[in-house]
Amino acid sequence: MSRLLVLPVAIPLLAAALTLLMRSKLAIQRALSVAASAAVLAFAIALVARTAGGEALAARIGGFPGPFAISFAADTFSALMLTVAALMVLVCTAFAIASRDRERPLLHPLILVLEAGVSGSFLTADLFNLFVFFEVMLISSYVLLTLGGSKSQVRSGTIYVATNLLGSTILLAGVGLTYAIAGTVNMASLASLEDPLRRLAVPGAMLLIAFAVKAALVPVHGWLPSAYPSARPAVAALFSGLLTKVGVYALYRVYSVVFDGDPAIRTLLLVIAATTMIVGVLGAIGRERVTEILSFHIVSQIGYMIMGLALFDSMGLAGGIFYILHHIVVKTSLFLSAGALRFFDDTDSLRDLGGVARERPVQSAAFMVAALSLAGLPPLSGFFAKLILLRAAFATGEYWIAGVAIAVSFLTLASMVKIWNGVYWGERPGDAPERPLRRSRVAAVAAPAATLALISITIGVAAEGMFTLSETAGGGLIDPTPYVEAVIGP
Amino acid sequence: MSVAAVIGILAAAGCYLLMQRGIVRIALGFVLLGHAANVLLVSSGGVARRGVPIVGAAGTPADPLPQAFALTAIVIGFAVTAFLLALAFRYDEQTGNDDPEDES
Repeated sequence: MSRLLVLPVAIPLLAAALTLLMRSKLAIQRALSVAASAAVLAFAIALVARTAGGEALAARIGGFPGPFAISFAADTFSALMLTVAALMVLVCTAFAIASRDRERPLLHPLILVLEAGVSGSFLTADLFNLFVFFEVMLISSYVLLTLGGSKSQVRSGTIYVATNLLGSTILLAGVGLTYAIAGTVNMASLASLEDPLRRLAVPGAMLLIAFAVKAALVPVHGWLPSAYPSARPAVAALFSGLLTKVGVYALYRVYSVVFDGDPAIRTLLLVIAATTMIVGVLGAIGRERVTEILSFHIVSQIGYMIMGLALFDSMGLAGGIFYILHHIVVKTSLFLSAGALRFFDDTDSLRDLGGVARERPVQSAAFMVAALSLAGLPPLSGFFAKLILLRAAFATGEYWIAGVAIAVSFLTLASMVKIWNGVYWGERPGDAPERPLRRSRVAAVAAPAATLALISITIGVAAEGMFTLSETAGGGLIDPTPYVEAVIGP
Repeated sequence: MSVAAVIGILAAAGCYLLMQRGIVRIALGFVLLGHAANVLLVSSGGVARRGVPIVGAAGTPADPLPQAFALTAIVIGFAVTAFLLALAFRYDEQTGNDDPEDES
């Protein structure tokens, strides 16, 4: 199976090329796109089953010995991230098909290239290839964001491209300096470096800053809330689930494997996590569009994931990983609900909407479940994610961050209630659109968000199994020996 | 030392252009900043004159890995520059200037 690790990158790239050739045949494009994402998902699930005990697999491309080959590696953490990412691509593709993919023949190829970049970032064991896959992902995201080329899209696209490009350049320079100092950019080889935080102080800081830009941590978060609301609905949903989380994944991987979770920067990480939570949730106050509110909440939620990383013990990492997986599912579901509003009502502004719960009950129920899960109400997935993080914070004696996390949860709930009251409850101001809705169309647009809401419930009900997996994944970060041995041999 | 100075000047000029208004200047800023990063990559393998990195060739071989890094980074930088210029063109078509901060 280890030789097949290139498949999650190769399948989407191949499918992207084919869908590009089939630009004029929408049915074939759709079939290829769904088939490719489903294949990656199936492979990722098999990978989770294979690594569930904490094993790691590696493929050495080119047949060179360990540290010199271009290595792909997967442990439990990579496999879990790969699975949830492939699921999001599949669901968002289904949403794009149900809403409007007819107008944009480039949509499917670009989504597939994005998937290749995301999968590659999760699987590569090499800092330079991490940069390359980041770029593959980002370049397709640049085009996806500005697809349509309206004035507002180009304006927010410029901010998005400039910020991420600056992050990438810092990352590239950091990789160069790492090579100059350590003589390798293979993460497994870097893992055996003595005293990494001191020897790699400057390149390490550059790498972590670059990943922080991609993950939208405060104070380098400004690009996210300005970019996402202008993207097309299916694209915004895909971005909300995947892009920042690749940055978070890179932070987890590099901080744990290369820097051994050095406690010297722990307080710094905790402060950044708390600030990110607070700034994100406060930014959402006073916003009038559902997508804007949700975009600020992404920033806020990233803080929880970094909190898990900063605590860096078995419980904290398990909580952080659980949180990432839960968040990707729930956030994408919420953005798909917002996308459905934009599709049916041509707006997602709280002021212009109302009474949607009566018109489209299934859609509204899906939003309700996902929103409550985001806020962390039992028995949904968000409750367990926050519970594990809080227990880790108490166990390590960091009571203040637990307090911040609880307070931010209440503000999140208030924000979700505000959306519910403005959009789904009450009466629509002005006349309802006279457009007669076909039931099949309403169901097809609601299905992706509802599926993800159901998954959130399932994760909540089967929280113990999910926790065990997250704990194994976290264990692989605390002690990366299986990962290192798989990549460079024992 | 001269390499460090080149990197510094390129990075400073690039950062200066990034702070300017207008997408074309930002694009040029990223070109310079990208060059700074590429020179840094090449220099990370050492800048002394050495032999070709082929098995059996005479002399101490140069380290081929940073050169491969720089080549890859140049290709990526080229694609992104082309995209930024396309954005600038598109914006200019719609508004008559290339300054996204200009609200008029």
